[in-house]
Amino acid sequence: MSTNTVTAPPAEAGLSRRGFFMKLGILFNGFAAIVLALPVARFLFSSITRGRGNGYLSWVRLGDVGNFPEGETRMTTFRNPLVMPTDGKTVDTACWVRRVAGDQFQVFAINCAHLGCPVRWFPQSGLFMCPCHGGAYYRDGSRASGPPERGLFEYAYKIENGVLTIDAGQLPTPGDPVASLTSEKPPCA
Amino acid sequence: MRLITKIGEWFDHRLQLAAPIREAAGHPVPRNTASWFYVFGSAALTVFLLQVVTGILLALIYVPSAGEAWSSLQALNHQVTLGWCIRAMHGWGSNFMVAIVLIHMVQVFLFGAHKFPRELTWILGVFLLLMTLGMAFSGQVLRFDQDAYWGLGIGASIASRVPIIGPAVVKLMLGGPIIAGATLSRFFALHVFVIPGLLIAFVGLHVLMVLKLGINEWPMPGRIVKRATYEAEYHALTKKDGEPFVPYAIWKDMFFAAFIVLAIAACAFYFGPFGPTGQPDPTIIQTAPKPDYFFLWLYALLSLLPPSLETPFLLICPPLVILGLILLPFLSGEGEKSWKRRPIAVVTVLMIAITLGTFTRMAQFTPWSPHMNAWSGDPVPEHYIHGTTALERQGALVFQVKQCRNCHSLGNTGGQRGPTLDSVAVRLTQDQLIRQVIQGGGNMPAYGNNLSPAETTALVAFLETLHPTTQSPARDAARELVLSNGQLQTSGTQP
Repeated sequence: MSTNTVTAPPAEAGLSRRGFFMKLGILFNGFAAIVLALPVARFLFSSITRGRGNGYLSWVRLGDVGNFPEGETRMTTFRNPLVMPTDGKTVDTACWVRRVAGDQFQVFAINCAHLGCPVRWFPQSGLFMCPCHGGAYYRDGSRASGPPERGLFEYAYKIENGVLTIDAGQLPTPGDPVASLTSEKPPCA
Repeated sequence: MRLITKIGEWFDHRLQLAAPIREAAGHPVPRNTASWFYVFGSAALTVFLLQVVTGILLALIYVPSAGEAWSSLQALNHQVTLGWCIRAMHGWGSNFMVAIVLIHMVQVFLFGAHKFPRELTWILGVFLLLMTLGMAFSGQVLRFDQDAYWGLGIGASIASRVPIIGPAVVKLMLGGPIIAGATLSRFFALHVFVIPGLLIAFVGLHVLMVLKLGINEWPMPGRIVKRATYEAEYHALTKKDGEPFVPYAIWKDMFFAAFIVLAIAACAFYFGPFGPTGQPDPTIIQTAPKPDYFFLWLYALLSLLPPSLETPFLLICPPLVILGLILLPFLSGEGEKSWKRRPIAVVTVLMIAITLGTFTRMAQFTPWSPHMNAWSGDPVPEHYIHGTTALERQGALVFQVKQCRNCHSLGNTGGQRGPTLDSVAVRLTQDQLIRQVIQGGGNMPAYGNNLSPAETTALVAFLETLHPTTQSPARDAARELVLSNGQLQTSGTQP
């Protein structure tokens, strides 16, 4: 053992051979970390980046215009445009379709503009009511009472060959009311 | 016996753990800390271990897929032997865990244990509380039923209100544009890997610091904590008046831990598992989602805050509360420890407890939610239509059909969103009733567009009958005067 004693590097030397290799090792691992971090970050944030510029939205068919009688509001369901294998029932989405007159429609999201609970339509009183925190909306979707700060979220719609089609694919939330951004204002909100 | 000793020695020669364990077990603690007030930390740890064990057992059957999670829960409840029991233990365990962590925190605060030199122990404890709440919320999501589905929608709606990054946070939280398979999978990863991993690390450090710094001595009024002298004083105290932790103090921890485990088991056996409620099918909208017990206060708060205050409150208050809790040991790191000399501390704890308790209690009634089926399910009490005219009965019909009942109660049934109408005629005159019905206001929708003049007349006629027999309905005295004046004038001009 005594023949093989490791001598400590002289203190005055700024950078020893081993110290240099250790620093190089740290640098090398830092490089490896960056190489690894790029795909990890892209993977982790892919749900955000893909949605940029409404990348999730596309036109969804709701059915024949004839299915929606004039002056009435009816619930209908559609399948979310993006479907993953493990989604089960969750891709089926409900919405309220109000046919004002002729080709004039309003398609409301099922989610309350307060905190997203499912609103129910009461044709007798002409109100949408939310079971959670008590938000209420008039038949044109405008706020009637309760905690919501705005009217119901609306999907943009168009009629193609007699079929009602909406621009859907994302959960509308108070901070990101996707649907209403692209939709025209109702004539008499 | 000698063989066991030998095997033990063989292992310890390699592990070298016996000495530090013996040292930790025998470390002296002040005699009066061997108290029933000091058992909540170890109880929280016990429940955490129980949660780990029952959680692993549930993972043997549970499928974290939006398409199958609900049916795998049904299988646990009904098909797998004692699956319901393990689910119930895990569910009740989570309730107990939140409760015990909160009690532990209150005890620590009132006994001044957050003061020097145990600041970091407290801060880690704050993070442990947040993680416990995170486990509670993510656990509710894994019970993938209607409440979980719409609860996620509520979480997303709150997160979306963060300025600028809100929409991105929602997509990150949901793992996509909507609540779906990816959402459940990432909450599974959080609930099963990420948060428990952090919890184990933080609990380890938390307990290590209790061992290194010593358990907080029983606070004596007048014994002031000073940074310069505290550690020497504590050391002297444990030397003079200390006893080894094992067995002097630990037997109380052990008794209480066993008691809590038995209490959880009793609740599990007696009350059974939580849910799952209806299937997580977004097209089934006949649902009134409600959060689990420990978030009920938030549910109440979100209903009662004025709309304009809600977003600022949600975005500003939680960070402030967390920051306040973290800064607490630095703001009051010295001085009195005893609750007897800290009235503000006691009042603060009481205020918070009363506020949370009141909100929780209110959220069990949800007076702010319309009763969606009251209009068709709760008939107008019979005595309200006894001896009424045809018009008034027609009004009672309008009252039901137009869903007034969903928000207004009669005879203690119906919604409580609006005022109860049993004696509305005493409060409002005919004119005021008409105005309120047509124009709404005071958090009531305007019904002008949805009632014909005939319906309004009938409805108001019915409402005017709603007064106790001993009290006459409100009337506008000036109106009669004006009317009689008018008659006088017309009669005066006639001759």
